[in-house]
Amino acid sequence: MDATQALADLTEISSQVEAAVLFDEAGVLAGSTLPDEAAARLARAAAELLSRAGELVEDGAEVTQVEASTPEGSVFVVRDGPRRIAATTGPDPTIGLVFYDLKSCLRVAAAGEKPRRRRAAKKDEDGGDAA
Amino acid sequence: MRRKALGLAGFATGIFAGSVLYRRTLGRRRARVDVYFGDGSMITFVDGSPEAEALLPVAREALSSIAR
Repeated sequence: MDATQALADLTEISSQVEAAVLFDEAGVLAGSTLPDEAAARLARAAAELLSRAGELVEDGAEVTQVEASTPEGSVFVVRDGPRRIAATTGPDPTIGLVFYDLKSCLRVAAAGEKPRRRRAAKKDEDGGDAA
Repeated sequence: MRRKALGLAGFATGIFAGSVLYRRTLGRRRARVDVYFGDGSMITFVDGSPEAEALLPVAREALSSIAR
């Protein structure tokens, strides 16, 4: 499953998510529910949020998630290795559920990028049986 | 009978006023930023703190990016 499909599933499953973008550590967009320009702005702001949050911590601990809540709405950012996902919601979202859905989306999108190793493993098994 | 009706009306008015007050208080909830770390810990920066002052403008920028 590619990033676009993972995001489409996310917005279908999580009615609280208004917009979401998938991007990497360099800020390159992998997918979005927004038009290109708005997606780039959201990704840039989300990357900045992660970066600034990391700078505020003295012991250099790795920031994995950020949720910023305002009366106008909330912004969520989740990082997993080089991949990031950011989403916006309305005010007072169910925080745990949104984080869960974002992490699931990130996992699904990441799985879509990987080569299909299962098939290769099955071939090995088949070969092992035949030998 | 009339006293009972008045009592019930007063009780209902009290409940209504309380619910309005409760909703207004919730509506004025302050902005905040929750930061989660790899070790499972989390820290909250409330509106007015220097950390929140650094993070909330970026969050508002992110929110405005979808509104434009």
